[in-house]
Amino acid sequence: MIPLKEIIEKLKVEPLSSISSLERQVAGGYASDLLSCVIKGAKKDSLWVTLQSHLNVVAVASLLGLAGVIITENNRPDQETLNRAENEGVILMTTPKSTYTVVGQLTALGVKGNEED
Amino acid sequence: MSQVPKFTKIQELIYELPIARVMKKNVIEVSPDTSMTELKEILRVNRISGVPVIEEGRLVGVISIEDLIKALVEGDIQAPVSKRMTTKPITVLESESVVEAVKRFAQHKVGRLLVTNDQGDLRGILTGGDITRGLLEAISLDYHAEEISRYRAKHIFEDIVSDKTSLLLRYTVRGKDFKSGGRASSKLKKALDRLGALPEVIRRVAISAYEAEMNLIIHATDGGELIAELQPDMIRITVIDQGPGIPDVEEAMSPGFSTAPNWIRELGFGAGMGLANIKKCADSMKLESQPGVGTKLEIVIHLKPESNGEATPPEKKEQEPL
Repeated sequence: MIPLKEIIEKLKVEPLSSISSLERQVAGGYASDLLSCVIKGAKKDSLWVTLQSHLNVVAVASLLGLAGVIITENNRPDQETLNRAENEGVILMTTPKSTYTVVGQLTALGVKGNEED
Repeated sequence: MSQVPKFTKIQELIYELPIARVMKKNVIEVSPDTSMTELKEILRVNRISGVPVIEEGRLVGVISIEDLIKALVEGDIQAPVSKRMTTKPITVLESESVVEAVKRFAQHKVGRLLVTNDQGDLRGILTGGDITRGLLEAISLDYHAEEISRYRAKHIFEDIVSDKTSLLLRYTVRGKDFKSGGRASSKLKKALDRLGALPEVIRRVAISAYEAEMNLIIHATDGGELIAELQPDMIRITVIDQGPGIPDVEEAMSPGFSTAPNWIRELGFGAGMGLANIKKCADSMKLESQPGVGTKLEIVIHLKPESNGEATPPEKKEQEPL
């Protein structure tokens, strides 16, 4: 488990949710832009990297109990999505970097994929 | 960057609770010409540390054990209370929230506040200890209420006796309403949590319900309905729409097959994994469809991993560790 706070600081991603909920621990990582693949593949307490930024990202993250979502390539959720994330306790983050770069940096920090356990 | 401050339960209560809920009522009062010697007895007998001073129904001051000690030291114990009391006592309104009292304690460094109504009549007295006690009581009441409702929900199948009890939860899903995507499944997930279902079961139900809900939003001509029937040992989710129907059910079931248009795929849907995901989560599933008429999907998930439900035998499960 790696604290989400540490990941935010090291990767310099911008958190879009309340700071008080950043005590979360990250168990692993998953990257995809296809929601059904995420539903199938992402484990609870994982960090999800995607360039999708719409409302259903929050629905999927909440459904799976994910530790957080890093939205890549400067995509920004609208206010409605941010509000719903706040309500459901889903932590959204954004970064200008590409999904490939973020995943590489997460791997370097020791955040592993499902198959690596 | 939005930063909505999060409050702890205590902070919330400090803002919510009116002072009237935590103050001491039935206040013991003295009159201005009560002597300090009499006051000593009143404080001792009632085990209190201060009282308001009332003259003809009006609040004129407050006198505390501290004033009494000072009078003792100065040998002024025979003096009337009016000589030693603090005039202009610090007051709060009974309708104000506890946070106002906390502020006033911090500001004036007094041991007690006098509580009045809008007309200035004395209604009660408030010390730091009263606030602590009031907050603790409110928290434990809250906790009890939540515990009780959880307990009731968990025992619904034992409390209500019939030959066969089931609970029906119906959710209407509107077609093409992507903004509401996940609402129905999220409500169902919360309901199951309240009913005390196992986390692994809740996860499988929530995933199946979400995929089915998204199918209604993406594909159904006019949305549809998601009906969850809860029995003591299983949940049956029936998802019904009025078209357009699936021409080849077998093809629709195969992973990766998708008819979703491009704009939906760009949102990350339409991977062709929805039905495959449902099948993976369900103990059994049945898909019936007639083009031009509609589609009916039935998903059964056992609530207790060991029970092999009597209605429909479960299909072989793929790597379900539980």
